[in-house]
Amino acid sequence: MGKFTEDDLKKDLETKEYEYGFYTDIESDTFPVGLNEDVVRAISKKKEEPEWMTDWRLKAFQYWKEMVEPEWANVNYKKPNFQDISYYSAPSKKPKYDSIDDVDPELLDTFRRLGISLDEQKKLAGVAVDIIVDSISVATTFKNTLAKKGIIFCPISDAIKEHPELVKKYIGSVVPQRDNFYAALNSAVFSDGSFCYIPKGVRCPMELSTYFRINQAGTGQFERTLVIADKGSYVSYLEGCTAPARDENQLHAAVVELIALDDAEIKYSTVQNWYPGNKEGKGGVFNFVTKRGICHKNAKISWTQVETGSAITWKYPSCILKGDNSIGEFYSIAVTNNYQQADTGTKMIHIGKNTKSIIIAKGISAGKSQNSYRGLVRIGSKAENARNFSQCDSLLMGNDCGAHTFPYIEVKNKTAQIEHEATTSKIGEDQIFYCNQRGIKTDKAIALIVNGFSKEVLNKLPMEFAVEAQKLLEISLEGSVG
Amino acid sequence: MNLKDKLVSSFLAFDDYLEDSSPIHDIRNKAIKIFENKGFPTKKEEAWKYTSLNPIVNKDYSIFPKKESSIEFKDVKRFFLHDIDTYKIVFIDGIYSSYLSETIHDNMDICLLSAALKKPKYRAVIEVYYNKIAENDSLTSLNTAFAKEGAYIYIPKHKEVEKPIEIINFATGNEAALMMQPRNLIVVGENAHVQIIERHQSLSENAVFTNSVTEIFAEKRAYIDYYKIQNDASNASLIDNTYIKQEEESHCSVHTFSFGGNLTRNNLKFYQHGEHCDSTLKGITIIENKQHVDHSTLVRHIAPNCESHQDYKGLYADSSTGVFNGKIVVEKDAQKTNAFQQNNNILIDDKATINAKPQLEIFADDVKCSHGCTIGQFNEDALFYIRTRGIAKKEAQALLMYAFANTVLESVKIPELKVRINKLIAKKIGVSIGFNI
Repeated sequence: MGKFTEDDLKKDLETKEYEYGFYTDIESDTFPVGLNEDVVRAISKKKEEPEWMTDWRLKAFQYWKEMVEPEWANVNYKKPNFQDISYYSAPSKKPKYDSIDDVDPELLDTFRRLGISLDEQKKLAGVAVDIIVDSISVATTFKNTLAKKGIIFCPISDAIKEHPELVKKYIGSVVPQRDNFYAALNSAVFSDGSFCYIPKGVRCPMELSTYFRINQAGTGQFERTLVIADKGSYVSYLEGCTAPARDENQLHAAVVELIALDDAEIKYSTVQNWYPGNKEGKGGVFNFVTKRGICHKNAKISWTQVETGSAITWKYPSCILKGDNSIGEFYSIAVTNNYQQADTGTKMIHIGKNTKSIIIAKGISAGKSQNSYRGLVRIGSKAENARNFSQCDSLLMGNDCGAHTFPYIEVKNKTAQIEHEATTSKIGEDQIFYCNQRGIKTDKAIALIVNGFSKEVLNKLPMEFAVEAQKLLEISLEGSVG
Repeated sequence: MNLKDKLVSSFLAFDDYLEDSSPIHDIRNKAIKIFENKGFPTKKEEAWKYTSLNPIVNKDYSIFPKKESSIEFKDVKRFFLHDIDTYKIVFIDGIYSSYLSETIHDNMDICLLSAALKKPKYRAVIEVYYNKIAENDSLTSLNTAFAKEGAYIYIPKHKEVEKPIEIINFATGNEAALMMQPRNLIVVGENAHVQIIERHQSLSENAVFTNSVTEIFAEKRAYIDYYKIQNDASNASLIDNTYIKQEEESHCSVHTFSFGGNLTRNNLKFYQHGEHCDSTLKGITIIENKQHVDHSTLVRHIAPNCESHQDYKGLYADSSTGVFNGKIVVEKDAQKTNAFQQNNNILIDDKATINAKPQLEIFADDVKCSHGCTIGQFNEDALFYIRTRGIAKKEAQALLMYAFANTVLESVKIPELKVRINKLIAKKIGVSIGFNI
């Protein structure tokens, strides 16, 4: 934890309820509320999309109309009225910025407050960032440096225009339009997102990152991310998100598709910190996200997620292990406090031979929250020598929260080896006592124990994120143990 | 007419035929309405995701057997635990056989539910216990609607039953397809001890569909050992619904041995109402061909300081399918709960399938809960080691199978039963290893 001292923590805990809860007054271009075919067409037109894209959206909208919201998740909430949401909102001061100096100062101020100093990041961290406010990409850094290596990293709306062959080939190939209710909705109305293509044999020299922010009231955020790693390439991708504190619930329905071709590797990390609602459970973001990746021969996809925000989390980053010898990994920490509800986990679909997957899921529930792990491991009949190891640990703080585990294991091949284990426990009084005895205050002791509990997952995050995630964990659990 | 309509319409005739004054008249009528609304469960329901009833409910079963049949003891002796003395409650095609049974009314009741439902002297017990923990799901309701016969066991305070009780349901095959709905009520009083063995056995290759419900009440410090032997003929399907309510410091264990039958579904539910309860759920499943066995367990920890242990082993050959759907719920007040669940499976052939869904739902913080689930195959090194000692491959595999299943077998408390199950396993895997574990 570096130089972060106890006093810092104390100060943090006092001041930081949800530090990203501010709203920036940026002039924006927002559609009236409601959703119909015309709105879908209008979004497509606004984005100056080719006809095939418009048709693709309309098809998704047709599917969506026939679908009903899924109810199987272990969460309770008042369903959003989908006609009460504005499906398009963009900071209106366009056009695209070529350099940082062109960016709206208000917006820059937002980033400064979010802790993303574009300048600084440029120099120090070496992270290329695509920043998305209210689903519209406002800034992409390092575009030129990356272009030299042949890497395409740009907003998906640009990619649709500039690289239609790639987008056309891969969009919807992993998460089809009719995959589920929210994916269909996203396919119809997504306004922007990030697109990334790593050419054959290229190792992406820096972390790619997308930063999402919901700013406008009464809007939903629907972004779409498409990452394609061509044969033998490698990319590490980060995603972060925040939203202003509002009393109403905001909807976030994103789709992320990863394609790892032969021998490629994609590492996808998320630190999700949407506004979780206040202490009484009012407001907060509904986070209904579909994330899925497909691995071809010898490819590897690794999902790492730290989920601390959102009133409702409904998210199952998955891997389809189609190619022989492919590997899927899932590392997750989900923290819920107050009235937050999380139903999250993963799916590992083993299709190819000698495929391997590992699942490490840590759930921490405090306050009056409910935290569920829901996962599926499926071994197809042709997946010889498939191997899976799953571990789900839950930590309970206080007596009003719940921790649940719903793993599904389906095996159709006799050579498969599956191990699943789950435990539930609380922070031991003796553990805290031991820390107290060594002069570590209870607050700090809990942070220490939680950190230890989450270490396996935190270790998988890129450095910069790991530090942020650690701090986030402490803040999310503020005051949860008496 | 499909089976559901047939059942609903024949209920009217059935209800007329029974005496109106029966205390359970209302319960029956309510239950049939629930079944009428819900129908047979389908794969769309989460609890039935991996088990389809379609192949068995699409047959034309006779619901009330037309004639009474009798069977000779010598023909069915092998299905009894004949080398020791036991109490026996035997039903043939759902009708009580006094000839094969051995019941008692002296200081405890080991007899028939039909008698308990009719006779006024049992009314107090029936009112307190009957249909109190059985759930309102469609199959249990169906049983409740048609329940008229089954075992009635009432063990009063401080009574230790000196020999095991066997409950056996035979199906003779006089009907081309028979549906049976036995209903058992077992009440074990304070500090009383009892051992029960339950078995369903079809004597022909005709289709049999059994939808059984058993309610078991364990009062304070009661000890109950319950063994279910499921080694039925290949055309017999069983849905077993067992509900157990435990009071303070009671110990209750259920062992399920699933070797036979066409489709077997075990719904086993434990409710721990008193403190310091101990529940044990164990099972061995060894199946082949197209057999399907589904273990669906629930342990609901309601009171603090309780324990539960689950251990299910499965071996699946040919194109058989196994399902394990185990759930542990720890309610808010059930602090200091220790709940453990283990499920180990081995797939022997390529077409075999296993679907496992071990679930935890925890609402209390000071608990220790864990579940583990593995799917794998025999250790090649172990197999090789045994074979280098001159043991043939088949026997070597059998040895490993025994070792695999032994954690369940070793806790069987009736030695003769243990021997019997050993033999069943040996027969099932086609070897004789010449010793008992």
